[in-house]
Parts: sequence; C-alpha cells; structure tokens
Amino acid sequence: MTSTPAKISVQHVTKTFSLGRQTFTALDDVSLDIAHHEFVTVVGPSGCGKSTLMNILAGLETPTAGRALVDGAPVSGPGPERGVIFQQYALFPWLTVRQNVEFGLRTTGVPKRERRARAEHFIELVGLERFADALPKTLSGGMRQRCAIARAYAVDPSILLMDEPFGALDALTRVKLQEQLLKTWSQDRRTVLFITHDVDEAVFLANRVVVMAARPGRVYDVVEVDPAFRRDEAFRLSPEFAALRNRVWHSVYHQEGRTAALSGSHSSPS
Amino acid sequence: MSVLDKRSAGRRQPRPGASPDTDAGDTAAADSTAGADKSAPEHGRSGRRGLPLALNAVSVALGIALWWALASAGFKLPTPPEVVSRAGTLIGDGTLADDALASLTRVLVGFALGTAVAVPVGFLMGWYGILRGLIEPWIQFFRTIPPLAIIPLAVVAMGIDETPKIFVIFLAAFLACVISTFQGVVNVDRTLINAARVLGAGDATIFARVVVPASTPFILVGMRVGLGSAWATLVAAELIAAQEGLGYRMQNAQLYYDLPTIFVGLISIGILGLLMDRVLLLAERRLTRWQERR
Ligand SMILES: Nc1ncnc2c1ncn2[C@@H]1O[C@H](COP(=O)(O)OP(=O)(O)OP(=O)(O)O)[C@@H](O)[C@H]1O
Ligand SMILES: [Mg+2]
Repeated sequence: MTSTPAKISVQHVTKTFSLGRQTFTALDDVSLDIAHHEFVTVVGPSGCGKSTLMNILAGLETPTAGRALVDGAPVSGPGPERGVIFQQYALFPWLTVRQNVEFGLRTTGVPKRERRARAEHFIELVGLERFADALPKTLSGGMRQRCAIARAYAVDPSILLMDEPFGALDALTRVKLQEQLLKTWSQDRRTVLFITHDVDEAVFLANRVVVMAARPGRVYDVVEVDPAFRRDEAFRLSPEFAALRNRVWHSVYHQEGRTAALSGSHSSPS
Repeated sequence: MSVLDKRSAGRRQPRPGASPDTDAGDTAAADSTAGADKSAPEHGRSGRRGLPLALNAVSVALGIALWWALASAGFKLPTPPEVVSRAGTLIGDGTLADDALASLTRVLVGFALGTAVAVPVGFLMGWYGILRGLIEPWIQFFRTIPPLAIIPLAVVAMGIDETPKIFVIFLAAFLACVISTFQGVVNVDRTLINAARVLGAGDATIFARVVVPASTPFILVGMRVGLGSAWATLVAAELIAAQEGLGYRMQNAQLYYDLPTIFVGLISIGILGLLMDRVLLLAERRLTRWQERR
C-alpha cells in the first residue's frame, strides 16, 4: 500500500488554538498517510482533535506547523474533489432537501437536467425521496444527516471526509448506509477518512483504524484490518472481528492506564 | 483572502441594535433532533387562529368602552361618537384623505430610501472589517440622537420643503435597519459558510446564496423596527412648516383645543402603521418560513 504515492499525506501536523492568553494544542505532531482507495477510520476520545484534523484536510483550517498534502499538493483551501460531511450536518435551512443536494452541483456548473437527475438519485439512495421538497426544520436528526450525506455524495468527490456521519442514525439505517458507503467506496474507488465514536463501526468499515489520544491530540495506535475480509454479516460475527474490536476498544478506553471517555451522544449537535 | 478572514473581525462585539422582536433573533440554525415530526411541513398554526382573533376583538371593544367611560366621567377626552362624526366630516371634505396621502408618501419615501441604503451598508459592514470600523462610530453616534433633535439642523441645511421631512424619516428608518442587517451578516453560522466552501462555492456565491438568505430574518426585523421609527418620526417631521399631513393636522388642532381631530389623526396613524406592519410581517413569514421557531 505504501508503494504508490499517498492520496492524503499528513506530515507532522500541529494545530494550536489561542484561547485568550493561553494556547491549546489540538493536534500535536500528527502524521498519517492514506493511500489511494484506502478506507481509514479514526476513533478517539472527545476533544482529541478528530474534527480539527478533518477540517485541515478539508482546507478549512491551516496547520500551525507541518503540512497536509492531497495528491501530492499542499492543501490551500476546500475543493470539490474532497467531499465533507460535517458533524453538525450543516444543511442550509432555507433550502429544501433537493436544493441542498443540488447546491454543490450548481456551484460546479452541472446543467440543470443532470443536476435534477443526480439529486434525485442520491436522495433516493439515502431514502429521503418522500421528503425531497421538505425544509430541514421538518426533518429528524437522522434524516438531516442522510440529507448531508446525499449532498456530499452528489458532487462525486474522489475523497470523502466524514465526521461521525452515521452518529444520529438508528441501527438499521446505519447498517444500510454503511453498506452503501462501502459500495460507492469500492465501485467508485474513493478514498475515505471516516471519523466515528463507534468501535464496531470503525473496525467494520476500515482498512486501517487510527486511534487518537487527547491532550494533546495525537495518533495513539494504528490497527490494520486485513483487506481480505469481506465486509458482511459473517465478518461482523467472526472471531477475527471480535479480536480486532477488542484491540481497538482497549486502545481507546485504556490509553496509558487512564480510562478515557469516548465521544458519545453528547458530541452530537445540540 | 477568504470569507472567513473578512468575517472573523465581527465576532466579538456585543449586539448593539438589540431589536424588540424575539423570534427572528436567533438564526443560528440550532437544530434540535428532538421533536422532529415526519409529517408534511409548514401549515401548523392556521387552525388555532380563531380564538386569538376573537380575543383581539373583545380587547378592542373593551378599550373603546373604557375610553367612553372615562370621557363621560369628565376626563378631558372626546367621546367615541364625537370622534366618529369628526372623522366623517374630515373624510367628507377630503381633508383626511389628503393628509393621509401626504403623510403616507413621506413615510414610504423615507422608509424606502432608508431601507435601500441600510441593507447594502449593513452588508458591507458585516462583510468587510475595515468598512465596519469606519462606519460604525457614526451609526452609533446618530443612534443616540432623537430624530426630533435633528430637525433644526435639517431645516437650516435643507429648507422647509419636503426634503428635511423625508430626511429625518429616512434617518430613523436607516439607523434601525442598518444595525439589524449588519448583525444578520455577522451572525451567519460559520459552519454553513464552510459547508458552502467545501461544495465549491466562491465568495460571490457564498454571499448570494448563504449570507443573504441567512441574514434575511434580521433584515426584515430591522425593516419593521425601521417602519416603526419612520412613523414615530413623522409627526416631528411635520412640525417643519407642513401644509398638510396627519401630524400637521394634529398640531394645528392642538392650537384650537380640537380634541376630536387630534384623535382622528392618532387613530389614522395607528391604523396606517399597523397595516404596513402587517404587510411586512406577512413578508417576513413568507421569507423566513424555513426558520425553526420555538
Ligand atoms: N476554533 C477553535 N478554537 C479553540 N479551540 C478549538 C477550536 N476548534 C477546536 N478546538 C479545541 O480543539 C480540541 C479538539 O477539537 P475537535 O473538535 O477536533 O475534537 P473532536 O475529536 O472532533 O471531538 P468530538 O469527538 O467531541 O467531536 C477541543 O479541545 C476543542 O476545544
Ligand atoms: Mg468532532
């Protein structure tokens, strides 16, 4: 996997925020290479800098030190080749589901006909066809999340940066969308960075699970998942899965003997 | 230079123009996952409209009854029939229509100009930190001066025709609306701007498709406050040697202790102001239907 040049390369990235007179280190010398068509999941306690890392890759924040490269070039701003799903959904409240999904297609100049068709397709994919003309305020949290997913997918980005995208979904929808994500990942050969607080989800989806630690935010452990495993129910119930899950669980919850709290439901938007 | 840089300066300042209206105040798109219903959107309030309307009518009737009672109890007030008959004569000889038209024209022109200038200025202030630094002290300064106090200056500088009257109304409407618009721009949720950016939007698109819609509720609140200020300033503006107008008529009536005419003027201003406010409220409802109200 390391033979090809990395699709995403995070090199000694440090990010500090100044809070009044103090500075706060959100990321401390984080390095991470993600190969083309790799699926990397990130887990870690709340506040360990997962979203910050994603924002840097999205081009919304700049590293204080170190650099982030995408396709070998330093990230200097957002780009439509990197689709982002925000932890807070970030739907435009004045636009309907359909208009939200079409937003990125309009800015990238997709002609109206095709826009319609593509929006239709992705709205159907996330199961919101009955709510295509509804405003976000009338949607449940899970439905908003699905709308945000459709909006990001519609632009057809080669990289997906997803911040707890399935956090607000019920178990059934979650499994369905996980399968769809794996499908578009393998069919369309996307590269995915997927943040989650769910250890099962992290192991199930990943080629590689990156476990982060907080204060300061850093990479604590990296767990490889054999790509030979097929992502199906049998895998979910297999002893190999259980072993990986235990390993990741241990890394997250028992970092250096200290019990860390996972970012759970409290980190979902309020 | 990105949008974020331009906006970041506008974060710290406390709200200067806290508007009296409450519900459009927070656009922060705070979406609670709780209580979201899966049924069709919109239309929820129409069914319950009957009762408040009836209560309103009862309240108005009680108010008039109280007025009548006070008038008959010897307070220096005209009775409702006196006022109605005076209204009849004023309508009959066309005075009321002329006065109302003159006043309405002044308010509308002043208000329209005020809003038309306030919205772009408010946007520019919210968008560019430099312009904000240059403009804001003046706005804060003029806000503290009541329009009445501007009148002597306006008369000396502009003469006694329509210009100074419209100017003070313009100023009142402008000041109310500009601060609100500016607040709207500053308060646009940064996550939404980020969402637009990652979807490929440039500064112009972000402005037109995110900042403008997100600040619309603020602008509309500002317009309603501005309209209130415009009417409030009208009577003062018509102190300036007017030949007609509701405010002029009332001041004229004051010289002759003509209470019924004063009442007709007051009620006319109230009704016209209320009607215009309802129109704006309707526009607000329409344009900000997407907002989550609590
Ligand atoms: N703009 C900012 N200014 C100051 N501090 C910030 C800012 N953004 C993030 N931080 C801090 O950086 C740390 C990491 O934040 P981040 O949002 O990346 O955490 P996270 O791992 O995504 O947490 P969660 O799982 O709860 O979403 C936090 O302690 C947060 O307080
Ligand atoms: Mg986060």
